[in-house]
Amino acid sequence: MEKPNIFKDRIMPVGVILLAVLVIWYVAVVFLNAPYERDTAARAGTEITFSEILPKTMFQQRPVLPAPHQVIAEIWDTTFNKPITSKRSLVYHAWITLSATLLGFGIGTVLGILLAVGIVHNRAMDRSLMPWVIASQTIPILAIAPMIIVVLNAIGISGLLPKALISTYLSFFPIVVGMVKGLRSPEQIQLDLMHTYYASPAQTFWKLRWPSSMPYLFASLKVAIAISLVGAIVGELPTGAVSGLGARLLAGSYYGQTVQIWSALFMAAALAATLVIIVGFAHTAVLKRMGMKP
Amino acid sequence: MTTTPASVVSARDLGLTFETSDGPVNALTGVNLDVDKGDFVSFIGPSGCGKTTFLRVIADLEKPTSGSITVNGTTPEDARQNRSYGYVFQAAALYPWRTIEKNIALPLEIMGYSAADQKARIERTLDLVNLTGFGKKFPWQLSGGMQQRASIARALAFDADLLLMDEPFGALDEIVRDHLNEQLLKLWDRTNKTICFVTHSIPEAVYLSTKIVVMSPRPGRVTDIIESTLPRERPLDIRESPEFLEIASRVREGLRAGHSYDE
Repeated sequence: MEKPNIFKDRIMPVGVILLAVLVIWYVAVVFLNAPYERDTAARAGTEITFSEILPKTMFQQRPVLPAPHQVIAEIWDTTFNKPITSKRSLVYHAWITLSATLLGFGIGTVLGILLAVGIVHNRAMDRSLMPWVIASQTIPILAIAPMIIVVLNAIGISGLLPKALISTYLSFFPIVVGMVKGLRSPEQIQLDLMHTYYASPAQTFWKLRWPSSMPYLFASLKVAIAISLVGAIVGELPTGAVSGLGARLLAGSYYGQTVQIWSALFMAAALAATLVIIVGFAHTAVLKRMGMKP
Repeated sequence: MTTTPASVVSARDLGLTFETSDGPVNALTGVNLDVDKGDFVSFIGPSGCGKTTFLRVIADLEKPTSGSITVNGTTPEDARQNRSYGYVFQAAALYPWRTIEKNIALPLEIMGYSAADQKARIERTLDLVNLTGFGKKFPWQLSGGMQQRASIARALAFDADLLLMDEPFGALDEIVRDHLNEQLLKLWDRTNKTICFVTHSIPEAVYLSTKIVVMSPRPGRVTDIIESTLPRERPLDIRESPEFLEIASRVREGLRAGHSYDE
């Protein structure tokens, strides 16, 4: 068998795609930002050639599409050159969003698991609850997010929790669906074995259903953590744009700061990727401890 | 007819009908059977004859719809509650996230044995099935035959005098099967357990049993009960003896009589 080669197997395929994206991006930058330069020149009554336009499209103040190096410079500047307590620091905004994400994800996970346990063990809950769980996800989150913020604000709850609850609203769903399947995954023969031991329902749960459901739980957690972040960002949009990545996006669009929008977007993507990777590591570690075949 | 005190399993006119979408299926009808303490009873018959169903009735995994059955003098449910039998399934059914010793510990944990007692029992049963040294392995690291031996160890770990085995070696090849049959007989001799063993192999049934129950399908019923005349001590080459072949031919006749070939 061929030896695994990190460069050939991992870095090269990803690198090729990255390069392609960058090329397409730069081409798009030129085409999307060129009309502004032509307009400016026309208004000033001067002629402008394409070779003059080209460099200008790369360094506009408010480009239609900022160039990658502009976004990178903005991220670098707002991440490393600002104190992290400053409202101009991207790290500060990322932390605000991250804290809501993690709280919402935590509540969503616990809620999702509890609902799944109920659904698996109780026929009435299975019949009555599952349709509502599914229906909850058909409501557009953008419509319900402001309602949650407003209602909770009216009863004196504001700040972190309302945003976290929007994350919860999104993230409990994959957990419920995954865990219902996971807790029902033991084979009949494994359940029969427990029956012959006269095991209590609690013993069957902890010694069979729970360990059986672990692969399903982690698959769900990966989806849940990513949409928790989406939930937290959506939750920040109707809060009056004070802080957080969502606020950063909103402020950016109010003032036409496209560079700021794109850098917030990239920060959100990097955050999501990091969170998913962390869950992935936890998944590998747990399965290894459970002696799963490598 | 009265139940003798030595009878471990006693069925009287036992019947079980499954209600399916295609109408009722008579899995068992009119089964009368006594299994005495220390017996090795084999149930043999073609698929659909109810041999597994009968074992599952003993284990309280199925409820009979007519007749009566006692296990250790009580109902199957009470017997299950008293943990009076160990069940070995067709597949090893080991929990893949537990090591072999943890799998054997599973019933012990559930039944509340102390940690020290668990350790001693794991060691003893691993030795009984010749798996000493494999306790720390995970099931996937063992061969099929070893996995099935581990599942037998699991059924032997707690104090049940009755061992119910549902085609435990059905999925294994002939050589491994011979070996395990020999070991099982030794184990039966050493532990003095009562064993009910479901199989569809005539040589296996004759080689192992003190009593062979021949069953036939549609409806599932007992057609013959053969008391073996073979000695308790059985080397593998006893299978070439005339006595062995005679019992085997009687089993074969019983199977042929009960089985209609015109389907």
